[in-house]
Amino acid sequence: MREIIVLSGKGGTGKTSVTAALGVLAAGKAVIADCDLDAANMHLLMQPEVLKKEAFFSGELAEIDPEACINCGMCEEVCHFDAVHQDAEVYDINPLRCEGCGYCEVVCPTNAISMHVRRSGDFFVSTARTGDPMAHAHLDAGADNSGKLVAKVKEEAKRLANQHQRDLILVDGAPGIGCPVVSSLAGVNYVVLVTEPSASGLHDLKRLVEVLQQFRLQAGCIINKADLNHDQAEAIRTFCFENGIEMIGEIPYDTAFTAAMIQGKTIVESDNQLKQIMDKIYISIQHKINVL
Amino acid sequence: MRIAFTSAGTSWEAQIDPRFGRTAYLVLFNEETAQLEVHDNSAVQADAHGAGTATAQRIYELHPDVLITGNGPGDTASKALKNLHMRIYVEAHNMSLKEAYEKYKKQELKAL
Amino acid sequence: MTNTGIFKLAIASGKGGTGKTLLSTNLADYLAQKQAVLLADMDVEEPNDALFFDAENKVITPQYKMIPDWQSDRCTLCGDCTRHCKFHAVIRLGDFVMVFNELCHSCYACSDLCPEQALPMKPYRMGETSHQLLNQLQLVESRLDVGQEQAVPLIYATQKYIRELENKPAIQILDCPPGTSCPVVAAVDEADFVLLVTEPTPFGLNDLKLAVDTMRQIDKAFAVVINRQGMGDDAVENWCENEGVKIAARIPYDRQLAEQYAAAKLAWRKNTALRKALEELAVLIQQKQVQYA
Repeated sequence: MREIIVLSGKGGTGKTSVTAALGVLAAGKAVIADCDLDAANMHLLMQPEVLKKEAFFSGELAEIDPEACINCGMCEEVCHFDAVHQDAEVYDINPLRCEGCGYCEVVCPTNAISMHVRRSGDFFVSTARTGDPMAHAHLDAGADNSGKLVAKVKEEAKRLANQHQRDLILVDGAPGIGCPVVSSLAGVNYVVLVTEPSASGLHDLKRLVEVLQQFRLQAGCIINKADLNHDQAEAIRTFCFENGIEMIGEIPYDTAFTAAMIQGKTIVESDNQLKQIMDKIYISIQHKINVL
Repeated sequence: MRIAFTSAGTSWEAQIDPRFGRTAYLVLFNEETAQLEVHDNSAVQADAHGAGTATAQRIYELHPDVLITGNGPGDTASKALKNLHMRIYVEAHNMSLKEAYEKYKKQELKAL
Repeated sequence: MTNTGIFKLAIASGKGGTGKTLLSTNLADYLAQKQAVLLADMDVEEPNDALFFDAENKVITPQYKMIPDWQSDRCTLCGDCTRHCKFHAVIRLGDFVMVFNELCHSCYACSDLCPEQALPMKPYRMGETSHQLLNQLQLVESRLDVGQEQAVPLIYATQKYIRELENKPAIQILDCPPGTSCPVVAAVDEADFVLLVTEPTPFGLNDLKLAVDTMRQIDKAFAVVINRQGMGDDAVENWCENEGVKIAARIPYDRQLAEQYAAAKLAWRKNTALRKALEELAVLIQQKQVQYA
């Protein structure tokens, strides 16, 4: 079983569109995992039929029992997250601020504070319109996007791959370089980077590649909107060459990219130059993971 | 020798759990007594943060001489385990505990 | 909210790459022609605002979070610290205790509750904040060190840094991280008003809905800016109308604007459509300033 993750550093470079296109090209062979939980969009292109939905819990949250509380204020005093407030004589926890450290629970003299598991979203097992299994999730507003839900989506994708005998897991990763990205790298065989030739695109790519190097992961790069800025595109090619990252394709700035999205289709589902380019990209990725 | 496995189940036939921190069980085989000891790791599995270090601590408490696992511990857990004078073998996923143990005996597992 | 005569405007979006940085940098520079403005890049994982300005007179301040530092000579190995830490950042392995800096949330529980004071807190570097003055524009940018996973402590540290500045401009623009999870909630925490930047595509709409949900949940006043207007369909416009969500400005789709952005150039002087959008936002800001003063 091989696992490919698509990452970008910067958001909005076309990462999800590229992942979905690869998903269509790999139809019948793959399991799709949407690990970009903060802005999960894969379902818009994959139109999955949901087979299973379950609530997902992560971390803890303090709760004050007003009956037992004697308003001593110890909890407020020890909280380093400014999560405890006194409102009209009553102490209350701000769930958006509470980190779930449990310090207040330990110091409360009347045991009025208890820690509870915190709901952070919903988790789905589905069948994508390609017929392939898909694992995805929906994060609640303001929830802690810790690595745990990412790990859960990936774990389910692995289980689905075993169950349906698929040898490829295709992961849409999160932007940035933080917790959700690091979590999504466990067990990955190959990283596909989707960037754009802008100062921000290159800057964010460099930071992401530093993270990948810490994990000693092999990567290939796609430049989307490649003709937008010649100098920046050249700088990306040079950067990739110097860091042992293979260029696996360049996609021109093309309105067909957005047009496909609006129809709920991927860029390989109508006959245009994007399809030919993606076909080549798919072949070189296939080659890459076969030799790995 | 005491040999620890990250395991998806509770018997010799169970698959090696490829995950280190979030392994479902820790199974300990004592070669002297030929006994299999099963430790449920689901409490750690449910934690949002620090599963790697929590599991490292639990493994420490089992005092194994050898650990056999899949993906291998992440950076943080590795730091913890480095101090434990224990041999670690990785990439034993897609094998049952029994198969992994036999491969270990034949020195066919990848050492970390 | 702040009652200090300072108006804090957060620029956020559910989806990444919709134009937060384009809007933040151009709006800040535009407003700074007439008045003092502070632009703070809160997207600490991938900060980009400074790329659009000259890097002169930069003052860099390292940012630290507090983590426990184990003192073996005082420790009696009682194990209380390990039991108190919900994040498994402190573990006891036989006769020593290990602290994992990246996992620590700086809650102080292990340190304060240690009966032997064997875990005093010490500073640990998580990133840095740079500060520069460009005429009337003050630019503050924080960046997380690569390898650090927690953005939220650095976002709060940046807010503190801004609060403690000596000369605080009356208008502060906060360029937020993408998404709707904890880093965004932290970044908009002190804002008086939020602009949600989106694009007229299915992805843009889906993520805008999530962002609007989040703003409603945390009770923040907000309006929408549609970037790349004309690039996609009308679904965002229609949805906003049905939901009673105000569209504060529209920036037309223009390849040249994308090219300017790619080259890290501020485009508002040359691009009349963008300037018109900024003018509208300036009026809105003025109204809100009065409202919040």
